[in-house]
Formats: sequence, C-alpha cells, structure tokens
Amino acid sequence: MKWLQSFRMAFKSIAGNKIRATLTMLGIIIGVGAVIGMVSLIEGATRQIKDTLQGMGTNLISINVLGRGSTRTATAEEIIEFAETNSDVIEGVAPLISGTATVKYGNKNLSTNLEGTNEAYRTVRNTDIQEGRFFNALDIERRQKVVLIGTYISQELFGNTDPVGQNVKINGEIFKVIGILETKSNSTAQSGDDKVIIPYTTASRLQRNSQIRTYYVQGKTPETVDRAMQVLEAFLFKKFNSTSAYRVFNQADMLESISETTKMLTMMLGGIAGISLLVGGIGIMNIMLVTVSERTREIGIRKAIGAKRRNILGQFLIEAVVVSCIGGIIGILLGMALANGIGKLIQISASPSFDTVLMSFLFSAFVGIFFGWYPANKASKLNPIEALRVE
Amino acid sequence: MIRIENMYKIYRMGTNDVYALNGISLHIKPKEFVAIVGPSGSGKSTLMNMIGCLDTPTSGKYFLDGKEVSKLKDDALADIRNKKVGFVFQTFNLLPKLTALENVELPLVYMGLGRKEIHKLAVEALEKVGLGDRFHHKPSELSGGQQQRVAIARALSSRPSLILADEPTGALDSKSGEEIMQMIHELHKEGKTIVLITHENDIANQAERIIRIHDGIVVEESGVA
Repeated sequence: MKWLQSFRMAFKSIAGNKIRATLTMLGIIIGVGAVIGMVSLIEGATRQIKDTLQGMGTNLISINVLGRGSTRTATAEEIIEFAETNSDVIEGVAPLISGTATVKYGNKNLSTNLEGTNEAYRTVRNTDIQEGRFFNALDIERRQKVVLIGTYISQELFGNTDPVGQNVKINGEIFKVIGILETKSNSTAQSGDDKVIIPYTTASRLQRNSQIRTYYVQGKTPETVDRAMQVLEAFLFKKFNSTSAYRVFNQADMLESISETTKMLTMMLGGIAGISLLVGGIGIMNIMLVTVSERTREIGIRKAIGAKRRNILGQFLIEAVVVSCIGGIIGILLGMALANGIGKLIQISASPSFDTVLMSFLFSAFVGIFFGWYPANKASKLNPIEALRVE
Repeated sequence: MIRIENMYKIYRMGTNDVYALNGISLHIKPKEFVAIVGPSGSGKSTLMNMIGCLDTPTSGKYFLDGKEVSKLKDDALADIRNKKVGFVFQTFNLLPKLTALENVELPLVYMGLGRKEIHKLAVEALEKVGLGDRFHHKPSELSGGQQQRVAIARALSSRPSLILADEPTGALDSKSGEEIMQMIHELHKEGKTIVLITHENDIANQAERIIRIHDGIVVEESGVA
C-alpha cells in the first residue's frame, strides 16, 4: 500500500470528525504553544542581554574596588600606570565614576546619567562619537570641563541646533560640548543614549568623591584575557593586601553564567510544557482507543478483503500522527504569535530558533507515534470474524 | 480448487467444547457452482470462514488451489483473501464513508497496485455490474440491490478465482435478489468457482451441486457432481 494513499485516508477520516479531532489536538496545541512561546521569550531576552554585554566592548574585564577589609587604596593613576607597564596583555584601562547630574541648556533642564572616564573608554567600552571629537589625554590631565553627550540629550536639549561647541551647565558648572556619542540603543529616556560623559578627573571634583570604584580593562586578545586578569589580581592584592577589597571579573564569565541560568530556565519551563504534551498524548491515545472500538466493523471488512496487520496498524498510526502533527504545527504558530505579542509588550524581539521549532514538531510527531501505537496495534490484532460480527 | 480433509473446529464455551466442525471433508472442483445449505447452528458459517481463509481450523487440512493453507499465519491468510477469494456478504459490508468506486478500489489498494491501475480495474468492475453511473455515490445513497452489486464489483476487482457468497440475497427484496443471482450465474459462466451459502432451497437449487451440512459434517451431497 502506498504512503500517499494512507495519508489521504487518514485526512479523510479526521475530516469526518472535526470537533473530535480539534479537541484531541487541543492538548498538543497548548503543549507545543507553551514550549514555543516560553522558549522564544527566554531566547529573545538572552539574546538581548548578550548583545548589550557585547556592545560594551570586547575582551572586557571589570574591576570593582569595594574597599572592604583594607585601609589602603589604589589611585586611578597607579592602575593606569600598571596597565601601561603590562601592555603585552592589557590594551587599556578606563576608570569609571558614575552618578546622576542635571544638565541645563538655555532654559531646558534634564536629569541624566553622568559618567566620568578617560580617553581609553572609546576602545575599551566600544563607544565612539558621531560628531565632534573624543577626549584626549590633555583633557584628562588638565581637568577640562568638556562633555560628550548621548543622542537622547542632544535631541532633547538642542533639537535641531548643532550641540558641538555649545556650553551647557552640569550641576551648575559650565561645560563645553565637544562631541556627540554614537547611538547605542534607541535614543529614548533611560536608554544607553541618555547620558553625558566627562573626564574622570573633572568628575571626581564635581561629585566631591575622589575614590573611583569601577575600572574597565580591555585585554589585548581573547587569549590573553585570563593572563590579564591574573596580573591585575596580583597587583591589586599587593596594593590592598586583602582579597575582599576588590573584585575582578570578565565579560566571558558573565556571558557564561547568564547562559547557564537561561539554559536551566529553558529546561525547567520546557519540562513543564513537556508534561502538558504528555497529557495531550494521553488524550490522543484515549480518542484513538474509542475510534478503534467504534470502527471494529470497518477493520473487520478491511481485513476480510485482504488488509494485512501492518496496513491496519499503519492506518491508525498515521491517523494519530497526523492529528498530533497538525496540533504541533498549530501550536508552533500559536506559540510564535504569543511570543511576538508578549515580546512587543516587554520590548524583546522574541522569535524561536529553527532548532526549537524543529524539536517541537518532531516531539509532537513522536507523541503521536508513542501514544498511537497501542490503539493501532490493538486494531491490527483484531480477529476479522469477530470484528465482522460487531454491529 | 478446494479440498478439505477431516477438519475440526472446536470452540470452548466455558467448560464445554463445542464442535462447530466435526471432521468435515469436502471437495470442490475448479469452475464449479456449489451451494452449501444447512440450518442455523449447523456449522455452515464456520465452514464458510474456513473456506474464505478468515479462520484457521483446530485440526484437519485445507488445500486451496493445491496449496495447504490451514497452518498459515494472519498476514499470509490476508494475502490469500486478497488475491484468491472474493467475498459477498448478506449485509454487503461496504465502508459507509467511502464512495462506491473507493469501496471497489480497496482490495486493489491492499494489493499494492499503482494509482492508475487501481482506478482502471475498479471502473471496469463497477461497469460490469451495471453501476457505471454510480461511481461517486456513498452506500447510503444506493438501494440494497445496488449496494450488493457494489459488493460484487469489489469481490471481482482483484480478479479472484473463487467467489464466496454468504446469503447474498438474504437482505434483498425478491426482484433485486433475482438480479443478484443472475449476476452470480454470469460469473460462473465466465469461469469463476462459486460457493454459495444459503438456507433457501430455491436459491440452492440454482447451483450445480448442493452440499448439506448438519452438526458440523456433510450429511448429503446432491446434483451433477
């Protein structure tokens, strides 16, 4: 018997009982839809976090100076100098002072994020300017009151006028705008474009805080990141004489721990959704058993005119698989729509990976085979005489 | 064509053994038209199941076309039913959701033929029984006589040498019954072996030979044997 004919027969028989088929599929639809929806959202969120992390710069190492357990300290100049003597593994160091500040231009006021750093920030944090110029060493050294502004600030304060060369007031002090930063995200409030950057030397005065707590260090190559971390840790230990006074970690570790977390989350949610698929499969088995007993006479007739066991087994198995696969496809579409809808609400671009879709489809087909086998096998074993006797 | 030797079929009903076939022996030659008659409970249905390879005997031998088939497994029996035996049942036994043409195609589908050949053979068979204009009717849209003709077309479509008819006129009015018997006579003339099971004497008398069954054995054979 030809496969195509078996499928045509299965479709016909399913089409002959639409309500029942739909209800049977519902379990699979909900199960697959839940898997696709949840996994898409997690994948979307992970992708976004990874993009953000990678946008921060490559080979990035962060140092947090906590100051606990030590009365000693390390100045920015010492750390930068250390980096320069280890230029075989360290590309550059950007200190970071962060806080908030009020920026004023004309009669417009804006509260925004303030960062104080140096010229190395440009490569270390992968931040470029689209107009004007970046800091130079002289700006840092001389504590110049110059500022780089994000695109959101530029839009809000200056509108159509060119900000470069204009003066703004930051916390009451006059700064000269020397450049506009490249757009990092979507130029809205609270985004990566809602900030101003000034030299850290200026910032530590402005904030009345000479202690710099964060440094971004760029390793020379991905291979030397570990070596760079080692020399940094050794240096910091010598400086602070305590391991709890500072913390050094790199971006790769962070990415890895995020991947670990989301992988576990995916597996957990996938497991829960898998249970609903299992329930859907039991539903299919239940209905197939009913179908087999309803169609005992049909089976008897088919056997009398020459259907072999495998013909009957194939017929009912294909019916079960067709039901579960159609349910799977509807579930995938539903899950994608769901992920898309929720993703729009929480601003995540959530679309399932091809692997996830393929896995879900294969799994629903497997559910059909697994739970369709018993009823189909039962049908194939029916004695034709007894089956023909049934009214 | 058919040779049955000392065949027993014993059913267990609780603690009793029921001898549906009690050492029956019979012989049917190729192209013969035989009627098997007997009261209900005589074992003639069981005999028909045996001849049609729907069931296997408890003991005894059955040669169909010179081949011993009583020991064959399910699938081998299905193959024989498919290729050598055409069934015509009292209650037609058509699949209600399929059209007349699809019903007739079914044995050919199980035979594993190609789509075009299946269609060609099924059309031929339906035209032969005079239903060339009823291809796409469901059984429920046909009269009893027409349904039985579809069943005969189905029995013919795989070109078996043996036609096994179990009370083929039992569910029909006398006019349709006569038409069906006419058709069976024609098949006999074309060289098919016909085994007709009935309890009506005037139907049985149309056969070349009558085998009477009682309590699972042959009690009388008559006719031009």
